Amino acid sequence: MDNVLGTSPDDVQFRFRDDEVVDHAAVTVDSCCDQTNATAVRIEPGDDARVLLPFLDRLALIEVNFPSFGDGRGYSSARILREAGFTGELRAVGDVGIDQLSHMRRCGFDAFAPDKPLNEEDATRAFATWENVYQASVDNRRTIPQIRHGVNPKARS
Amino acid sequence: MYKYDQYDQAMVDARVAEFRDQARRRLEGSLSEDEFKPLRLMNGLYLQLHAYMLRVAIPYGTLNSEQMHALGDIADKYDRGYGHFTTRQNLQYNWIKLEDAADILADLSKVEMHAIQTSGNCIRNISSDHFAGASADELVDPRPYAELMRQWSSFHPEFTYLPRKFKICVIASEKDRAAMRLHDIGVQIVKNDEGEIGARFYAGGGMGRTPMIAPMIRDFVPLDQLITYAEACLRVYNRYGRRDNKYKARIKILVHELGRDEYVRQVEEEFAHMLDQGVEPPREELERIKPFFADPDFEDGPKHVDRSDPDFALWVDRNTNRHKHDAYVSAVISLKPVGGIPGDATGDQMRLMAKLAKQYSFDELRIMHTQNVVLPHVKIADLHALWTQLEAAGLGAPNMDSIEDMIACPGLDYCSLANARSIPLAQRISERFDASGKTEKLGELKLKISGCINACGHHHAGHIGILGVDKKGLENYQLSLGGSEAEDTSLAKITGPGFTEDGVIEAIDTVTDVYLQSREDGERFLDTYRRIGMTPFKEALYG
Ligand code: HEM
Ligand code: SF4
Repeated sequence: MDNVLGTSPDDVQFRFRDDEVVDHAAVTVDSCCDQTNATAVRIEPGDDARVLLPFLDRLALIEVNFPSFGDGRGYSSARILREAGFTGELRAVGDVGIDQLSHMRRCGFDAFAPDKPLNEEDATRAFATWENVYQASVDNRRTIPQIRHGVNPKARS
Repeated sequence: MYKYDQYDQAMVDARVAEFRDQARRRLEGSLSEDEFKPLRLMNGLYLQLHAYMLRVAIPYGTLNSEQMHALGDIADKYDRGYGHFTTRQNLQYNWIKLEDAADILADLSKVEMHAIQTSGNCIRNISSDHFAGASADELVDPRPYAELMRQWSSFHPEFTYLPRKFKICVIASEKDRAAMRLHDIGVQIVKNDEGEIGARFYAGGGMGRTPMIAPMIRDFVPLDQLITYAEACLRVYNRYGRRDNKYKARIKILVHELGRDEYVRQVEEEFAHMLDQGVEPPREELERIKPFFADPDFEDGPKHVDRSDPDFALWVDRNTNRHKHDAYVSAVISLKPVGGIPGDATGDQMRLMAKLAKQYSFDELRIMHTQNVVLPHVKIADLHALWTQLEAAGLGAPNMDSIEDMIACPGLDYCSLANARSIPLAQRISERFDASGKTEKLGELKLKISGCINACGHHHAGHIGILGVDKKGLENYQLSLGGSEAEDTSLAKITGPGFTEDGVIEAIDTVTDVYLQSREDGERFLDTYRRIGMTPFKEALYG
């Protein structure tokens, strides 16, 4: 039942984009590959994000579901999509807690629809956890090693 | 030794502040134990049988005297006056109060230490050769590479919720003193035919209930692609490692089920993709790190000791390792006194070791995976003075690599997962072999004891391994023979039906007798076992 999948704009608690919130029901990865008109899709932990790469141009929203916060496959899915140049909304949904926010942001998520609404103050603090970071990722932050040596993030091809 | 700059320090401080807030919310009751558990685990805080246990990271087993001193002070101030050095070159405190945890972390951060990623399903503290930077046989010092990987693996955004914990080991000599191939990823720094330095990767080793030796997955990774390659290994694991069964979730199962070649194929594909993503730190970073591990100012001096005191001569023979400078040795401080608890040290002993490191070893200490401490650079001329002070403090046991130098996990005395006690067994064995004088005759014999199938005591890799099992509610011990965690890595095989506590001690006596009767010139227990096989041991045990 594709039409009940996905979160609605009302569920989105944090969003780091200025464009209109995408308000389409998301379809499964399988249907997305079959249906040429779908613009929103939802990735489950076992899905291979790379099967979506041919369709990125027409997708405005990709939801990545975290049925349980301890299942970290969605972090790889998100980063893979951003590495492939996806610029639409990447929404983390499901069991998303305060202590996951900063890492999710670094993996390219720019919208968050947690099952249980989070304390706003705690969340603001969590997003700002790392003044600097060690690893290069799709958020293109200048890393600590890059700062140390006065170089800029490498442009990703 | 590596020194934090403002950025490293800020990372640790940020974590301490975050944890203080979490502990406060737990104590106030706004976080339930279920919600708090994954958070405290990421800060090395476990709930055990009697109290909280805190595990402190000692990156690649290297620390300075100020840090060792602080560990001793924490043992006195917050624990019961001692700590336990572990097989992963870390330190555990067994009697911690939750209220104190954030203060301990703050005390640690003052000396550039922390408990980050010492538990949880993330990349754990990176281990290395305890003689790194000192041993005569190493290609280069492996620690700059380990430090580069430490930074990369700290708070990694993609790899914090892996299927299971992930342990990395970095060495740089043919001799393996760190059980490299029993890690999730083992890295050996090597030189290729063109004379360039690079990294050889192994993946999928581990102990636990399904022990496996890691196969080599790449012969040579150039140094300016080291982090990128590691990232590819981890991504394949994060995406495809099993999550349906926690006992099959380690990377060893993935590599085993896919087969080494298929895993390699997937890693190479991901690696090719990653090379375009700019994840490699600037090459200058490795060059920045290297000088921190530069040789101290070694001075020439006598190359031999006065052997007129036989006790001292024995200790020198047993507990020192050849150094790359011929006027120095690395000296092993045994934490295995006869009848003692393997790996335990009191606060006073820690402070003494700190003082001795300052006085005799350029301010440096190492933790060994065999739960001992090393002073890496001791002048041969200073050895007698050092030994005299160690002896006086109960730290002079001359038993490195002997049966008394056993590894033992905390077992049923502390651990909530244990089937059987490990510590009392270790104590009885060392007392017995010491009293009979047999230790000396046996030479190198690595005995390793785990209180349950999780294998924290490395029993699979023991020349003799003991595993505590539960038999109808009674403690029972399985004996196995023939394991090794050195460069000739092998897994021990079970002899047959298990034994009671008294029975297993008799059984060890029996198998060592078989060895003494059968050994040929220069053979260690392990060599004899490999030559004659299991049958003669079995016959002696059960025949
Ligand atoms: C007392 C609290 C401890 C608990 C609850 C605990 C728990 C565990 C568990 C569940 C495993 C199996 C993981 C797996 O196979 O996936 C394990 C493995 C291990 N632990 Fe512990 N452990 C404890 C203490 C220690 C100590 C004190 C040491 C060092 C002496 C240690 C070193 C190890 C090592 C080396 C392994 C094997 C790693 C591998 O499977 O490759 N642990 N531990
Ligand atoms: S081997 Fe078992 S008993 Fe021993 S510390 Fe590990 S989990 Fe506990």
